[in-house]
Amino acid sequence: MEKLQARLVGAYEHPTRFAPDKSLVQLHTEVALGAVADAGLSLSDVDGYFCAGDAPGLGPLSVLDYFNITPRYVDTTETGGSSYVAHVAHAARAIDAGLCDIALITLAGKPRSENKSASSVALALPADRPERDFEVPYGPTVPANYALCAARHMHEFGTTSEQLAWIKVAASHHAQYNPHAMLQKAVTVEDVLSSPMVASPLHRLDCCVITDGGGALIVARKEIARDLAKPGLRILGTGEAIKHQSAGDIDLTFSAGKWSGKQAFDMSGVTHDQIQYASIYDSFTITVLMEIEDLGFCKPGHGGGFVAEGNLISGRGKLPFNTDGGGLCSNHPANRGGMTKVIEAVRQLRGEAHPAVQVPDCKIALVHGTGGSLGTRHGAATLILACED
Amino acid sequence: MSTTREYIHPEISPEARPFWDAANEGKLVIHTCRDCGRGHHYPRAMCPHCYSADLEWKETDGHGEIYSFSVVTAGKDLPRYVIAYVEIADRVKAMTNIVDCDPDSLRIGQRVKAVFRRSKTGQNILLFSPLESL
Ligand SMILES: [Zn+2]
Repeated sequence: MEKLQARLVGAYEHPTRFAPDKSLVQLHTEVALGAVADAGLSLSDVDGYFCAGDAPGLGPLSVLDYFNITPRYVDTTETGGSSYVAHVAHAARAIDAGLCDIALITLAGKPRSENKSASSVALALPADRPERDFEVPYGPTVPANYALCAARHMHEFGTTSEQLAWIKVAASHHAQYNPHAMLQKAVTVEDVLSSPMVASPLHRLDCCVITDGGGALIVARKEIARDLAKPGLRILGTGEAIKHQSAGDIDLTFSAGKWSGKQAFDMSGVTHDQIQYASIYDSFTITVLMEIEDLGFCKPGHGGGFVAEGNLISGRGKLPFNTDGGGLCSNHPANRGGMTKVIEAVRQLRGEAHPAVQVPDCKIALVHGTGGSLGTRHGAATLILACED
Repeated sequence: MSTTREYIHPEISPEARPFWDAANEGKLVIHTCRDCGRGHHYPRAMCPHCYSADLEWKETDGHGEIYSFSVVTAGKDLPRYVIAYVEIADRVKAMTNIVDCDPDSLRIGQRVKAVFRRSKTGQNILLFSPLESL
């Protein structure tokens, strides 16, 4: 089985959640500088650059012009919010193939100050999107898309709104320790159920936050990682997958995580019991529920019972998740949550998470991202990360 | 309780034109493959199951079954609306709105029938309403 040599050596999350006074490329710059500093490197050391659809202008050309650097390798894989999780895998393979030595991945966005929810973007699809005429007239907001999955999950498996609410409760329990989190108040199941219905069965508190901000990551050649201040992290397993409407033969009961997760577990040789912490994409509570089933942490249809037992809460459950508060409470910059998922996993593996939510002696973590919409078409990317032996 | 919305005008791609023309006649057609026999939706210029270009437009009786739905709160002062996936043929589901209904009494598995409403510019849009209310 393939064994990646490159190491994840730098991570930085912008502390802002509201940045009306900064340009988009400025946010990309600030997170890039934050990540290279975290790794003990300089922007001039970067010779590989990865970005996705949130990057301004002509993507890498515009950003690298602004940075005034000329990397020898770029990758603009665009799978929505899962892009940055996939970029880590792509960067590691590019480095192992000798295409670059130090790769920078950035994400930034200002949907909060520009009043651009993911729905407003989804409902203004350009005419050349092949699905446009057959979806946009019906008002498929992003919550509505995910609500279609939630309603079907409830129908097939008896999942309840109370069970979904437990996912928000767990995220909020963690967010109360994150001074940068947009929502820092611990909420109850009752709080979630009494929040306004956005798209049945999803309530307002079943949805993630809309924030400005961003984050960046550095992946480097193993020999370079060895000499850096902080220990690098191994990338034991990676997986990527795409799922869509199958030309009308739609099955909303599972996500592409079923396929990306299997690849990552197979490649890593790690078992589910060995995962001590998981960053799970949480655009909505239902996203988490489906993913923990698809990734194999519980059987299909058993996610509701799993989360309602408090299993996602650090210090209490079997699968501590999103200990920064996740997208549900802390940050969902650019309406894309994959970057912050990787960053919190890095904190856990370095022992840099808040002491109240730090998993003791955390050695192996999983990161899972989705992008697009589980109700229509989406990408998934999974990473299994570990400390050096 | 109104579930009426204003429907945007579809751009209408060349390969899907017959679907929209049929809609204007009050008919639901499904692009169906003459080689493998399967239908698909949204309509494409090739069969997305076997990649044949030998396709025909098959008219259905317009009956379907709700696969999933959500009642969407559109915003203050705007009516709620029901977004759904309806199974319109064997292994073919379509995104749609359920109209002329009490949103709170809908259920997955419910039988529905195609109805059409005009967009602002006069193109018929495919919608569904509960069978028993017709
Ligand atoms: Zn065919």
